[in-house]
Amino acid sequence: MNRYAIRAIYMFEMSRTFRTLLQSIASPVISTSLYFVVFGSAIGHRIPQVEGVTYAAFIIPGLTMLSLLNESISNASLGIYLPRFTGTIFEVLSAPISHLELIAGYVGAAASKSVLLGAIILITARLFVPYSIAHPIWMLIFLGLTAVTFSLFGFIIGIWADGFEKLQLVPMLIVTPLTFLGGSFYSIKMLPPIWQKITLFNPVVYLVSGFRWSFYGASDVGVEVSASMTLVFFMICVVAARWILTTGYRLKP
Amino acid sequence: MGAKFHVRVTLELCNFGYWTTYVYGEKHGRHFAPSRSRGPRIKTPLPPRPQGEPVVLNLDHRNDEIEHAAPSIISVKNLTKTYASGLQALKDVNLEIRRGEIFALLGPNGAGKTTLIGIICGLVRSSEGTVIADGHDIVTDYRLARTKIGLVPQELSTDMFETIWATVSFSRGLFGKPPKPAHLEKVLRELSLWDKRHQKIMTLSGGMKRRVLIAKALSHEPEILFLDEPTAGVDVELRRDMWAMVRSLRSLGVTIILTTHYIEEAEQMADRIGVMSKGEIILVEDKTKLMQKLGKKQLSLQLQQLLTKIPEQLTQYELELSKDGGQLIYNFDARGERPKIADLLRDIAELGIDIKDLQTCESSLEDIFVNLVRAHS
Repeated sequence: MNRYAIRAIYMFEMSRTFRTLLQSIASPVISTSLYFVVFGSAIGHRIPQVEGVTYAAFIIPGLTMLSLLNESISNASLGIYLPRFTGTIFEVLSAPISHLELIAGYVGAAASKSVLLGAIILITARLFVPYSIAHPIWMLIFLGLTAVTFSLFGFIIGIWADGFEKLQLVPMLIVTPLTFLGGSFYSIKMLPPIWQKITLFNPVVYLVSGFRWSFYGASDVGVEVSASMTLVFFMICVVAARWILTTGYRLKP
Repeated sequence: MGAKFHVRVTLELCNFGYWTTYVYGEKHGRHFAPSRSRGPRIKTPLPPRPQGEPVVLNLDHRNDEIEHAAPSIISVKNLTKTYASGLQALKDVNLEIRRGEIFALLGPNGAGKTTLIGIICGLVRSSEGTVIADGHDIVTDYRLARTKIGLVPQELSTDMFETIWATVSFSRGLFGKPPKPAHLEKVLRELSLWDKRHQKIMTLSGGMKRRVLIAKALSHEPEILFLDEPTAGVDVELRRDMWAMVRSLRSLGVTIILTTHYIEEAEQMADRIGVMSKGEIILVEDKTKLMQKLGKKQLSLQLQQLLTKIPEQLTQYELELSKDGGQLIYNFDARGERPKIADLLRDIAELGIDIKDLQTCESSLEDIFVNLVRAHS
């Protein structure tokens, strides 16, 4: 295993994060904090408890997941797209590294940033809203698995995209709407029965539900189903990434 | 002579830190080639090759010498590349690169040079054929093969926001080498980048950025270095610096393969020349032998008296007479056949024709290259 290469890519990507600290960390943290202030502290007082917790506490897992998904995708997609755009990808492609090592470097860095961001958001949220974590191990598992899965998804988007517009297309037009409609701000039990069934086709429901269960022990769908669905999406991304790297799709003519 | 040689060896060893590579080169009998010097080139253009006259190439034997020369460090066999668009960029290419040489790959745009380099370096997938780099198949044994290779691309593709030190450290790690600050320092000092090592690449000039690319390619101590148009767009001074640097690397045992549009560059630096056209290698030859084999020589005789026609006694020489009758032109191949210049001059003297002046000129590599590609087209 070329551990020096994994380390080089990982450190390079992390240094890019710390070089753009305002954009990478501060911006999403401030945005999410504003959600807590507006929906939690200001409007939340007028909303009764949901699933046995205050509305402000209820939205914490969903909002954290919203940031986690978006940042995982944008970090990973930009990480691989920028070298393609600037032409520096030649060096990575000509280096003695395997597909797994390549993914470990880029996806590992993107997932690390997302987990770091998720942790900062949770700590920040604690300043505005009191909450507790019922299953901290499961919380970490869901946090890590989601970060890795969506970083892998972002990595695929970064290879697929042939312009900055496409790079933003999936996070803006697909992931964000799915997250908003996936129970980040409400329990799907609050929806009419027909919409409850339709919502179950939204994969983000399972991520948010499982993550919320790790906080409060209550969820829209069973935690086993949530974990299984996350693993299924992870496996789909693994297969897609493997196909891309094996065939050289958009990387090697 | 021996003492001078020894002094030079000692100096060269200080460069780039290629200690082991040099020892290897010495074991295989590779020594420093004496610098080549050429006399002033007469710029009189040669007459154009008549249309339809093919360049005589013995392609079947083009790699014969290689078999008996230094061992190959790169071996390309039956390499074919057809892109998804249907374009066949490489057609059954066979090529052997000798260890420690400077090999210039020439060819017009679209000849397949970049595709060939891309396949060897792992940037492009081949359709058929094999490439062995220093004994390692570039597909099945890609890790070891790629560790041996460094690539300097034509485009100035660098991470603009990184410092020089960070980017060369990144390159070294990427190629699986543990940190070795002493080596990186040597490379950067040799390329006059040491004082700027903490500067961001975006603040550097174009020439300096190209040096950074070379430093990145050398950061992992490769034994094979590909230079794709290394002096494209750089000023004359930097070009000469680069040539000196390339020679210095070669003297340390690094095998260098360069593509260039500057034929003068190949003429100055290369040990051997490969010419590509339309996806095929149409010639691989030692540079000096190539110029001897395919080069044309021309003798121009300025006459004291004007002639109206070429005397019958001189018809065997196939001379040309200038329009004004004041110049006789004798074209001959430098192909080993004994040019009968002495006989010609004697016959002219016997005919009582006085010669005022004479000039000789020979075709450049550029002339040869143009003729080869034209003939192949």
